Amino acid sequence: MSYHAPTQDMLFVINELAGLSELNAFEEYAEITPDVVESILEEAGKFATDILDPINHSGDKEGNQFANNAVTTATGFKEAYAQFAEAGWTGVASSPDYGGQGLPSLVSTAVAEIWKSANMAFSLCPMLTQGAIEALMHHCSDESIRSVYLPKMIEGTWTGTMNLTEPSAGSDLSAVRSKAVPEGDHYRLYGQKIFITWGEHDVAENIIHLVLARLPDAPEGVKGISLFVVPKFLVNADGSLGARNDAYCVSIEHKLGINASPTAVIAFGDNEGALGYMVGEPNQGLKYMFTMMNHARLAVGLEGVAISERAYQRALAYAKDRIQGVEIGSRTGQKVAIIKHPDVRRMLLTMKSVTEATRAVAYYGAALLDKAGHEPDDAVRAEAQSQVDLLIPVVKGWCTEMGVELTSLGIQVHGGMGYIEETGAAQHFRDARIATIYEGTTGIQANDLVGRKVGLDKGVAAQALFVKIKATLADLETVHGDDFAVIRQGLSTGLEALTTATAWIVQQYAEKNPQAANASSVAYLRLFGYVVGGWQMARAAFIAQQKLQQSSGNHAFFEAKIISTRFYADYMLSQAAGLSHAVTQGSVAILAMSDELF
Amino acid sequence: MKILVAVKRVVDYNVKVRVKSDGSDVDIANVKMSMNPFDEIAVEEAIRLQEAGIATEIILVSLGVKACQDILRTGLAMGGDRAILVETDEEIQPLSAAKLLKAVVEKEQPKMVILGKQAIDDDANQTGQMLAALLGWGQATFASKVTVAGEQATVIREIDGGLETIAVKLPVVVTADLRLNEPRYVKLPNIMKAKKKPLDVLTPADLGVNLTKNLVTLKVQEPPVRKAGVKVADVQSLVDKLKNEAKVI
Ligand SMILES: Cc1cc2nc3c(=O)[nH]c(=O)nc-3n(C[C@H](O)[C@H](O)[C@H](O)COP(=O)(O)OP(=O)(O)OC[C@H]3O[C@@H](n4cnc5c(N)ncnc54)[C@H](O)[C@@H]3O)c2cc1C
Repeated sequence: MSYHAPTQDMLFVINELAGLSELNAFEEYAEITPDVVESILEEAGKFATDILDPINHSGDKEGNQFANNAVTTATGFKEAYAQFAEAGWTGVASSPDYGGQGLPSLVSTAVAEIWKSANMAFSLCPMLTQGAIEALMHHCSDESIRSVYLPKMIEGTWTGTMNLTEPSAGSDLSAVRSKAVPEGDHYRLYGQKIFITWGEHDVAENIIHLVLARLPDAPEGVKGISLFVVPKFLVNADGSLGARNDAYCVSIEHKLGINASPTAVIAFGDNEGALGYMVGEPNQGLKYMFTMMNHARLAVGLEGVAISERAYQRALAYAKDRIQGVEIGSRTGQKVAIIKHPDVRRMLLTMKSVTEATRAVAYYGAALLDKAGHEPDDAVRAEAQSQVDLLIPVVKGWCTEMGVELTSLGIQVHGGMGYIEETGAAQHFRDARIATIYEGTTGIQANDLVGRKVGLDKGVAAQALFVKIKATLADLETVHGDDFAVIRQGLSTGLEALTTATAWIVQQYAEKNPQAANASSVAYLRLFGYVVGGWQMARAAFIAQQKLQQSSGNHAFFEAKIISTRFYADYMLSQAAGLSHAVTQGSVAILAMSDELF
Repeated sequence: MKILVAVKRVVDYNVKVRVKSDGSDVDIANVKMSMNPFDEIAVEEAIRLQEAGIATEIILVSLGVKACQDILRTGLAMGGDRAILVETDEEIQPLSAAKLLKAVVEKEQPKMVILGKQAIDDDANQTGQMLAALLGWGQATFASKVTVAGEQATVIREIDGGLETIAVKLPVVVTADLRLNEPRYVKLPNIMKAKKKPLDVLTPADLGVNLTKNLVTLKVQEPPVRKAGVKVADVQSLVDKLKNEAKVI
């Protein structure tokens, strides 16, 4: 069952919820109008369906081969990557000054969703390259590097990696131990990095590693880490490739999922030292990472959306096809497709509505990033920045946690066949599992949310968000009928629960009791996700209602949106009160249980 | 030389269409629409002829509703130079399509018109042939290879039981078969550029063409459901069934 990009919902979210037209007001995005965006998504969808989706399952089965410090990628990946670069997709989000297309995050996010749905393992290669491009674009001032590396990376001839993690430095990057020793105009790097996505492969001619390491005289901890660029092959001034650098892949990991994505252990400087150049100023490495974090976390959060969408499409097709049992209440004895069973519909609707909600939240976040980068008015720009800072841990943490749950439901819809690899449902579940771990685990996202984003902010950004939710509640009051009464009620109790929980978090920080806030953080993040998702769904339903009244567009789509939102209110927003209880009460037991009692 | 390529907006080939409950037609409300796949091949062929230095300008033409502009933009993103939409909400049957195209040809004076061999919605496989007849041009239908030298085109045609090579004088109408080429993927930068390429909108009246209907649809039905197979006990009963039930041996 092949993947088809859900362009209808994507365009609806982009135009109606995330507000593409507001971005069109910025000069650099004036031409990125709805019709252009539609063409882009259609063409990306075609490419994904024809080229990336067909090698998703085979790539998972085959994986990568490692021998003599080199990785051979799964059959078809090299060719697919060449076509991907040739079609210009590697340059979607990058600056036109270096050959990119300069599309807003809102649009590149939707395009990325398509790659991630069709082939998550493949999509990580351009995603990491994009991260490396941004690091150089924003923090490298050496024009001889910028003018050579950036065009090659943007056109896809070279790929990029992010080398942060070490055996004893994962969630806590202040523990990074890799060393960089100055030598003339460059540095020699020594150390081992682990879990490096697409750290070694055969799809492109060079790999540009962005590496965190310490200078010999660097202070301990977070303030002593610098950022370096270390190419696999040294680069001559004219951009041609020189000698092999002393940065070798020494093994690749055997994993639960994303098997076609090579996860490399890289040894820097086992011989003469890996030649690298410092990016920006000394000891600013973690600060630079921090400035890129919102984009990186949005990109990974999106994986939850994408993989859920893929799992939903597969489950839906199976549910329409698999004949089993008779319809409850029917006396004909006629065997039916399992989609006729109410519980299967419950599973499908859960997958559909939550996927739509996560998409809406992720795209809304992407549009905020664009506004935070381009709004001419200082106050408006600062407001967008504080809103996006607040929402990013939710996008990363909540969307990916939902991805795990929804892909699991996708297996359940298939029954026994879901557990059998042949159907492909199991792969989505295995692939989805990594997204809650890398780029900061859910626990780390939740710490960020309750700490920096809510506790230390005294709930100011959160309150500003709640004001917007209240405005939607007021809109909903103007719509009559049963569906909207349920939706309004759901959102209103959800907001109440989130408000109570937020006050409790702020109070813990005020009373210098961060342990309690920390204990409740993941429950709070989940609550936050459900309510923000419910808000976006309610906005969607409200707009769908207006469109139905105006008789414009696709009726079936709008009717489904309203039902999907009502289901979300009954099934997801109803959990808000319970989660609020967990936030405000649950820390007591967690902190009472000593290490010895476990 | 100029090449004119006709492109039609049809139900996307991935969509499973359903018959309307009154049996009058298939239901295409809100289904995904795309460029007819054979027309994509036609556009690709024109682009290759341009890349080979033979074509100087590629003009794309579509006939139908306003939304046909979408597929014209797709064709422009593939590599077409400019586009013309003959806009009408009326149904366009093959003969009307041929008449409209003839009028555009007379206006634009191309040396070659390339069309898909048929559109995947009505599968008529008539427009190219009718257009050639109306223009009094030669025709090279079901093309699987096209080469142009001077004022002559050599075309390999897919025919029942094999391939046929013909030589035709220009100007000529070519219809594209499946194996003529594999259409390229649109490049992202070209999507943006396509928006700036000229797209003119005309009406049938501008071209002096009356849309007549020579065909009447009596009824549209779902194809019969395939019956489940049966397992035969042995070779004897298989032969018996083939002889007496299927009557194929
Ligand atoms: C397939 C894959 C690809 C990867 N790709 C890359 C890559 O390209 N580049 C790169 O640099 N890294 C990469 N990583 C590494 C990844 O980012 C880390 O694994 C991740 O950040 C977690 O670190 P850790 O594994 O050391 O786990 P730990 O930090 O040891 O965490 C273990 C557990 O403790 C919890 N925990 C830790 N600290 C805290 C805290 N302060 N508060 C609450 N809970 C806490 C975590 O939530 C987790 O549940 C990849 C990992 C994998 C598996």
